Amino acid sequence: MTEVADRITGLVGALRAHGVRIGTGESVDAARAVEALGLADRERLREGLAATLLHGPGQRAVFDPVFDLYFPRAVGDLKDSGADRDELRDRLAEALAANDQVLMAQLAAEAVDGMGGYGSSPGSDGFSAYQTLERLRPQTLLARVRADVRGRDGSGAGFADRLLDDEIRRRIEEFRRLVGTEARRRVAERRGRDEIARRGVVPTADRVDFLFAGRDQLAELRRAVSPLARKLATRLAARRRRAARGTVDLRRTLRSSLSTGGVPMRPVLRRRRPVRPELVLLCDVSGSVSGFSDFTMLLVQALHDQFSKVRVFAFVNRLDEVTGLLGHGRADPDGLSARIRAEAVLTGWHGSSDYGVALGEFAERYGDAVGPRTTVFVLGDARTNMSDPNLAAVRDVARRARRVYWLNPEPRAQWGTGDSAAPAYAELVEMHECRTARQLSALIARLLPV
Amino acid sequence: MFTSVDDVSARLAETGYLASPAVATTVFLAGRLGKPLLVEGPAGVGKTELAKAVAQVAGARLVRLQCYEGVDESRALYEWNHAKQLLRISAGRDENWDDTRTDIFSEEFLLPRPLLTAIRGDEPTVLLIDETDKADVEMEGLLLEVLSDFQITVPELGTVTATRRPFVVLTSNAGRELSEALRRRCLFLHIGFPEEELERRIVRLKVPGLGAALTESVVRVVGALRAMDLRKVPSVAETIDWARTLLALGADTLDETVVRDSLGVILKHQDDIQKAAAKLDLDAL
Repeated sequence: MTEVADRITGLVGALRAHGVRIGTGESVDAARAVEALGLADRERLREGLAATLLHGPGQRAVFDPVFDLYFPRAVGDLKDSGADRDELRDRLAEALAANDQVLMAQLAAEAVDGMGGYGSSPGSDGFSAYQTLERLRPQTLLARVRADVRGRDGSGAGFADRLLDDEIRRRIEEFRRLVGTEARRRVAERRGRDEIARRGVVPTADRVDFLFAGRDQLAELRRAVSPLARKLATRLAARRRRAARGTVDLRRTLRSSLSTGGVPMRPVLRRRRPVRPELVLLCDVSGSVSGFSDFTMLLVQALHDQFSKVRVFAFVNRLDEVTGLLGHGRADPDGLSARIRAEAVLTGWHGSSDYGVALGEFAERYGDAVGPRTTVFVLGDARTNMSDPNLAAVRDVARRARRVYWLNPEPRAQWGTGDSAAPAYAELVEMHECRTARQLSALIARLLPV
Repeated sequence: MFTSVDDVSARLAETGYLASPAVATTVFLAGRLGKPLLVEGPAGVGKTELAKAVAQVAGARLVRLQCYEGVDESRALYEWNHAKQLLRISAGRDENWDDTRTDIFSEEFLLPRPLLTAIRGDEPTVLLIDETDKADVEMEGLLLEVLSDFQITVPELGTVTATRRPFVVLTSNAGRELSEALRRRCLFLHIGFPEEELERRIVRLKVPGLGAALTESVVRVVGALRAMDLRKVPSVAETIDWARTLLALGADTLDETVVRDSLGVILKHQDDIQKAAAKLDLDAL
């Protein structure tokens, strides 16, 4: 049992290193869960440990690969993997056609064993998922698997048949994931599990840096937005409700006490007339911050019905109002930024961002959008491409607005390096570092007016 | 309560609830470790049904607290029956005040609400706290005491401790982030959309009249819709609704017309329907 206890503490340690907060109580529960479930069934063990150690669905993406390292499917090298590429492809095609998950996992292990190893002398080197997939090329099996499945069912004419290609693609994607897991496990055995568990696992979506997010991670981020936006909306509603509860209304308290014989059992609170605040957003949508602006646009869209007046302006080096493009019902997150770029005039004679011109244009053309009740958010990296930052325009906006906040997706240490005008702007308006979905949601919740 | 994970799946299946391995394992652990079970997941995957099925299997009474914005102590724990107390006071005019006072704060005038009911009972109980995310944050504080110690303090009566711990299921659609403290007290279970095989079995169980080939097609199309980027992807409840609709329409196979006409059963937004129709090539023919 001590060996198992070590595994659990190792697993907990690795999860903690990835920002999953686990207390001692949970570790104890995990150990009790292992005791209750036994070690025979690996998937049950996985679910049991996840149930005791995790607190939210987002953590599952971190948990699964780490679990695979600490409780691997198999240990060591495979006995006799033929490692013949064509033969392996044949068997993989069959497994894909049958959608046999167990066989796919086994083939992934064989493939990594046979084709994933690199380095000259055996035992001194690593395993690469990339190399395995490069040699095996499972994506090229599509046509063959399709023919196989059709031949098996004999039909091929049914309606659901048109879904087949996508289904097979999803299976292949699953196989690629399995290969990745297996390669990580093999490397972990050589180099020490703890080290790989700490490095080789991707961070959860809400911690991915906007500026470096890959395409897949951006899609993941997008999925993270909708619950986040709902969360923000309820939190804002709760705050507004609390703020609306004011002082005791003496007249109405006495009036309502008549029913209890003049004893004021319940104080009646004075109702405040709700003043819905106004919001103006200025978003840099140039290529250099595209991950960030995609994401903020989605958030803005979600905040739309929370505020009586939200006006959104996008800019690269010209500025244009895009509020109309964000209305509800036109929610198509995929094409949103493309649509903004297509339908609004955002660039002049070159394609790189120019804060000075854009901000100047805003102060000049849309000055009336900002009033004493307006909170302005500027979203961008403040990189001016060496042109004039136009501080006067910012000063002008800051003077007229209730508050101005600048959210910058670059790390604070890089502000002011190169062509960044961040420090100059930060002197005029409050600037915050905002690099991940987590930071963004915390900031927005704190800064938004109620 | 349950002897093994297999026991959980088998007995839940008898009530018509087909549990995935994750669900069965977690339910088993919740019973074994005596911890509340927090179930999250999209609407319509059977979170509330799970609590009902567990109650049925265990032969337990189901006590349900439906949470909503503004649910408070008096709705969740207990309330004093003010009207009855006033009657009691005016009925006994000659008594001295001390007697009356001790009398009107006794069991007789207490109205137990779900949490107190679940804690006080001697019989096996499943306590379902439904849509926990809809309740205000203050409510969570209240739940903390109940869920960690299984006791409730009524100032006039003293502390009521559970003689028999209820099996607690909390559900949430993740509309609001539940507090870390609450999560810590629970086992966490995320019920997502089922695997294809499980969903086929669910459809077969709930809509037995539907042919095998059609069942298969239905599940595949729903799977494809879930892979699309829609505002509201279909849940298990919608799959079953769709299967029932197709049965009622008397369809034997899926074709463009049938799918186009019944897409509104599974998709709830017009732009989703349009998008899905385009992706499924419904207008191509």
